[in-house]
Amino acid sequence: MNIQQMAQSSQVISSPLGSQISVTNVSKIYGAGDFAKEVVRDCSFTLDRGKLTVMIGPSGCGKSTLIRMLAGFERPSSGAITLDGKAVSRPGLDRLVVFQESALFPWMSTYDNIMFGPRARGEDTPEMRAYAEELLHKVGLDGFRKKYPAQLSGGMQRRAELARSMINKPAVMILDEPFRGLDAMTKKLMQEYYSNLYEEFRRTTFFVTTDIDEAIYLADRILIMTNIPTQVRAVINVDLPRPRHVEDITENDDANAIKMRALSLLHEEAMKSFARGSKAAADFVDAYAKRINKE
Amino acid sequence: MAKAFVLRAMSTVGGDDFWRGIASIAVFLIFWEVGSRSQALFGIAFPWISQIPAPSAVLQELVVLVQDPSFWMSALLSTLRVFEGFLAAMVVGIPLGLAMAVSRTFYGITFPVFEVLRPIPPLAWVPASIIFWPTQELSIAFVTFLGAFFTIVINVIGGAQAIDVRYFQAARSMGSSTWDIFCRIILPATLPSIVVGATVGVGITWAVVVAAEMISGGGSAGSVGGAAGGGLGFFIWNSYVGGSYTQIVAGMISIGIAGYLSSAVLRKIGKWLTPWLSQY
Repeated sequence: MNIQQMAQSSQVISSPLGSQISVTNVSKIYGAGDFAKEVVRDCSFTLDRGKLTVMIGPSGCGKSTLIRMLAGFERPSSGAITLDGKAVSRPGLDRLVVFQESALFPWMSTYDNIMFGPRARGEDTPEMRAYAEELLHKVGLDGFRKKYPAQLSGGMQRRAELARSMINKPAVMILDEPFRGLDAMTKKLMQEYYSNLYEEFRRTTFFVTTDIDEAIYLADRILIMTNIPTQVRAVINVDLPRPRHVEDITENDDANAIKMRALSLLHEEAMKSFARGSKAAADFVDAYAKRINKE
Repeated sequence: MAKAFVLRAMSTVGGDDFWRGIASIAVFLIFWEVGSRSQALFGIAFPWISQIPAPSAVLQELVVLVQDPSFWMSALLSTLRVFEGFLAAMVVGIPLGLAMAVSRTFYGITFPVFEVLRPIPPLAWVPASIIFWPTQELSIAFVTFLGAFFTIVINVIGGAQAIDVRYFQAARSMGSSTWDIFCRIILPATLPSIVVGATVGVGITWAVVVAAEMISGGGSAGSVGGAAGGGLGFFIWNSYVGGSYTQIVAGMISIGIAGYLSSAVLRKIGKWLTPWLSQY
């Protein structure tokens, strides 16, 4: 694949608010025959330009698979994913993923990590370096530019990773449970911090989480997903004013109504997951028995 | 090498680990001394250890040896062979390991042959190597090379295959070319394994070079430099033939020290190459 070309074409960003992504009737099936496992089934949604869409669903429901397809690391088995009308088939600068646990390069300092993207494209220019400085300052890591990731705390690593993505000015930012594994205090700080960052930059963002409070606090729109094979169970618009504060949300009636509704939907899906879990185990045993008999 | 060792030792003088090290060596030497003089001290010869010359006698032998240029010649010769074999193993092994880890096709073609050759002990190559190579010197260097080569290649493959797939995904998303990914992801991510492979490999190299020298009779230099000119392995063998047991042990200790110094130097270089591993 011609990565150079890919990088250049993705350089063109149509709007300062980022791009629009449409997911239409996407399914993903791993394996084949008796061992085929359907992870995503006939799933459709859009990520609106400049909006923060949060996806929430039971763990193991196929959210990460959707992310890998959006990022272009994998292709859907059927259906289409388009970015501003163009089909998505490869990883590209227009869609950057911030991974669950830190994927900072351990052998590079914070600054070198942030400058990775620009250097990969031969853009180690004074302007870029100035922008890297600005981002370092914005994520509060001025004093840590020469430190290696292992020397940073969990929260700092997430911020460094946000900066590493943002320097590339992606048309869509994809965050896969970015605050998972942080302690409660750091997580809350990171949410506030991230919320401010989003309100400042306002780019199309796809944020995946399993935390309903986080979802309501950050989202313009929440996609509630069904259990595996996943599809959108419900779409809830969160029309709370920005800038938001965690305290406002906990005392806001609308927010509480959303939370009750989302929780009851999620609860239903979680209950299905138990039933389906035992069914899946039975299916697997059946399939295995069939294969043994054939041989 | 000696200077680095002294600097290293001095930097830790006074630390707990330093004194523990001194105590450990002292206790070992005392047991050895008492054990080898057991006949004179207690009237009973302790099994095994009483056959070995006492450390005091070995020390006297070493004092004589370090003034003998032919001993240094032997040490230098072995060191050179280790260096040649080790360097060749690095130069051939690292690119080969990387290529095998990166290309599935190349891996499929080369790995089966590699896996069949790998379990063959380097010493089993000695006779064949003497036949294949025009000079004894080359055949010893070749066997030494084999000692380090397989360890280095296996470590490089293991290190490169264990790289987190998210690093590739992240780099690719940010616009890295394949060459950029190789230089800035695969190489640095594999470096710690290369260092481990090199450190383990150089130890094997010493083990192999000494045995190869014993078997091949010291190589071509043996006839040129006299009895003691054929490397430390030949030196020990020659001492055995000549019946000088203190010289045997002195030669063994020299190899121990040389091996330790080689590993220490490589560890130092490795630490310098992978600073992110020691910064916490």
